[in-house]
Amino acid sequence: MNLTLNVWRQKGPQDAGRMETHYLKDISPDTSFLEMLDLLNEQLMGEGKEAIAFDHDCREGICGMCSLVINGVAHGPQRATTTCQLHMRSFKDGDTIDIEPFRARAFPVVKDLAVDRSSFDRVLQAGGYVSVNTGGAPDANAVPIGKEEADKAMDAAACIGCGACVAACPNASAMLFVSAKVGHLAHLPQGQPERTRRVGAMVSAMDGEGFGNCRNYYECEAVCPKDISRDFIGEMNKDFRRAALGGR
Amino acid sequence: MQLDAKIPSGPIEQRWDDHRFEMKLVNPANKRKHSVIVVGSGLAGGSAAATLAELGYRVHCFCFQDTPRRAHSIAAQGGINAAKNYQNDGDSVYRLFYDTVKGGDFRSRESNVYRLAQVSSAIIDQCVAQGVPFAREYGGQLANRSFGGAQVSRTFYARGQTGQQLLLGCYAGLNRQIALGNVKMYPRTEMLDVVVVDGAARGIVVRDLVTGRIWSAAADAVVLATGGYSNVFYLSTNAKGCNVTATWRAHRRGAGFANPCYTQIHPTCIPQSGEHQSKLTLMSESLRNDGRVWVPKEPGDKRAPGQIPEAERDYYLERKYPSFGNLAPRDIASRSAKEACDAGRGVGPGGRGVFLDFRDAIQRLGKDVIEMRYGNLFEMYQRITDEDPYQVPMRIYPAPHYTMGGLWVDYNLMSTLPGLHVIGEANFSDHGSNRLGASALMQGLADGYFVLPYTIGHYFATHKPKPLDTDHEEFKRVEREVEERIARLIAVDGTRTPDSFHRELGKLMWNDVGMARSEKSLKHALSRIPELREEFWKDVRVLGGRSEMNTALEHAGRVADLLEFAETMATDALVRDESCGGHFREEHQTPDGEAKRDDENYCHATVWEYTGDPGKPNEHREPLEFEYVHLQTRSYK
Repeated sequence: MNLTLNVWRQKGPQDAGRMETHYLKDISPDTSFLEMLDLLNEQLMGEGKEAIAFDHDCREGICGMCSLVINGVAHGPQRATTTCQLHMRSFKDGDTIDIEPFRARAFPVVKDLAVDRSSFDRVLQAGGYVSVNTGGAPDANAVPIGKEEADKAMDAAACIGCGACVAACPNASAMLFVSAKVGHLAHLPQGQPERTRRVGAMVSAMDGEGFGNCRNYYECEAVCPKDISRDFIGEMNKDFRRAALGGR
Repeated sequence: MQLDAKIPSGPIEQRWDDHRFEMKLVNPANKRKHSVIVVGSGLAGGSAAATLAELGYRVHCFCFQDTPRRAHSIAAQGGINAAKNYQNDGDSVYRLFYDTVKGGDFRSRESNVYRLAQVSSAIIDQCVAQGVPFAREYGGQLANRSFGGAQVSRTFYARGQTGQQLLLGCYAGLNRQIALGNVKMYPRTEMLDVVVVDGAARGIVVRDLVTGRIWSAAADAVVLATGGYSNVFYLSTNAKGCNVTATWRAHRRGAGFANPCYTQIHPTCIPQSGEHQSKLTLMSESLRNDGRVWVPKEPGDKRAPGQIPEAERDYYLERKYPSFGNLAPRDIASRSAKEACDAGRGVGPGGRGVFLDFRDAIQRLGKDVIEMRYGNLFEMYQRITDEDPYQVPMRIYPAPHYTMGGLWVDYNLMSTLPGLHVIGEANFSDHGSNRLGASALMQGLADGYFVLPYTIGHYFATHKPKPLDTDHEEFKRVEREVEERIARLIAVDGTRTPDSFHRELGKLMWNDVGMARSEKSLKHALSRIPELREEFWKDVRVLGGRSEMNTALEHAGRVADLLEFAETMATDALVRDESCGGHFREEHQTPDGEAKRDDENYCHATVWEYTGDPGKPNEHREPLEFEYVHLQTRSYK
């Protein structure tokens, strides 16, 4: 396949940034999207040009480090798929592909296509845990958890923290991410003692990081590589109202 | 270099308890006076950092990823072992210990393995308390599955994302300590050297991967939890960022490197599809619970799998190992696959693949059950290969996955460099020459939650490190060395990219020091690696500046270290003139192609001391004694 690539280049957070056009030839449809970028980088370095910075690590769709907005869609055209798992067979020979970083106020660009998502860490530091120290835990089977509830918790916990939900949202809201984290623990008995405090603290941290409000567009759900359901947003809103009314 | 494993005496069941009592304690009020550097934030590093902080130590944790939650532990799929015996199928601490020692082909330290089995149950309890959503039965009890090398069901799992869920649990604990101010977290920061003061590890030199700034951190002890070195093969199931730099740099500063030739080639990975490939993807071993491995009986049979009748298929694992069948240990399953392909019976492009077939399981259990068990793995397979494993069998082939070798540690998890502790995959201790499935997560969390937090206190109480900061001359000296090395990398200004050298090294290591090794192949590798290293330092081209994010510079530094490490690894493989577990020397095999150990001459861990030349390290040996699980030829027939 021969491709035209319009890629975002930005020296650093203060640089204005611009699109740059490159051409790649003879790409196998079995190449993954990031391998295609590897090839582009090898080509650029061969021409004495600096490689394009992009975040990636596991390349099997689980670490959540890869990002990219591809032709306007976070993680590209394939449903429920991270960029690293997207393959060039999803494109056609001769295509022009626009490649941009995730864009949100809370995700400043570090360089080129790499963005800073540490705001997610800070939201979780506000309460995304069960306060239990190592040691002294009761036997793992002491508290039975029905399969349905355990499965619900797992559905939420499957979130990889990539931030596509934020990148896709017209308001750059982090509601899907935060509600998945809240929902994971809200569906387990271990999460109950701190449930109210947790949702209050995490939502307030989320607002403090500069994420926008949820207006029910559900673009987040459409791009989520792990199929996290928007139902968790509704559940979190209920918990949050309870927190607001009952205090902590 | 002195090797004192500090193994406690007495009956094996008592050793850890006795040792815990004998170790000196740090009183709670004094703990905050001690600081610890933890490098790596995966299951081992994350759990250690959180637990040490809970105890009151001041912790500085570093990772090169943008957040601690992305460490490569996250990619572990299948599960975590624990001797809970919830299935009432005869499991016990002793059986997990026995299976692990035997599975490791009698090249691990019995006392460490026993301790691992002992603390395994507490790990599951801890994870459940944190909210890890393990799979459950309808009655609310925890579910288990079977894994290779065991005849009991002791593996706990969270769909095909067990590593992710365990890591998120441990990261949550870490976050709590970060919020409390007990852990200072440094993401996007790569360790580039260890600082040794008065013979003890007292800090590290790091590079801020965003600004390029070189700086250092001092502490009373340093913990490396930096994973394995499978990326020496370039193509492996490891994340792209995985590297040997931290452990190799520590080795150069005095930490002995043990058994670097012990590498695990995982039997069930998606075969390579072309030259563009940047990594290989694992398909969880748990698939072998329900999938049947086979190849056509006739070499060169190019028919579609559905066209090959039952009588013309060779379910070779079931045929060769009737009692373990498709659940034979990884080293055996991998070699059998290679053997079938070498005989011309491989399938798929290039004939480097075997079938993993779910047809019978789907007929027996229904598609729904298979989808519930492995749905995400099937989807991943389909995304990568464009084939539907519900309709056609998966094609799999072995790939480098895990490294049993690592920095040598004593029973307290301390290396030969005082103060430098090594946990998780980065150390050498528990898996011998072959790791059983679902044991890596167990070991990482055992080290981090339940072993190191005790033993490091003993180190502080007995060594009483003096206060020190990074103004010390030694820190400045190592910082300068790191700066100079980076300047040298950039100054080469040659013609080849770091990646092209990495690929070349990987191919060489896979061909010569891969699934099967021989004196000839190893000698070839040993002559070629130094040449390649020389070419690298003459011809590598690193563009971009040092004072900014520079991914090519990061990669170049890692490749430079792999190019040194590879030579020590090949040396170790040559010196270990026997076959054991994942280390298969072609000269040493039984008539039916199994690994043939030489207990008389090689029942020891080989520990290498750095001499300045990675091809000529000094050899030391820790003899291994098997008092409980008696040396025997492994049989899975």
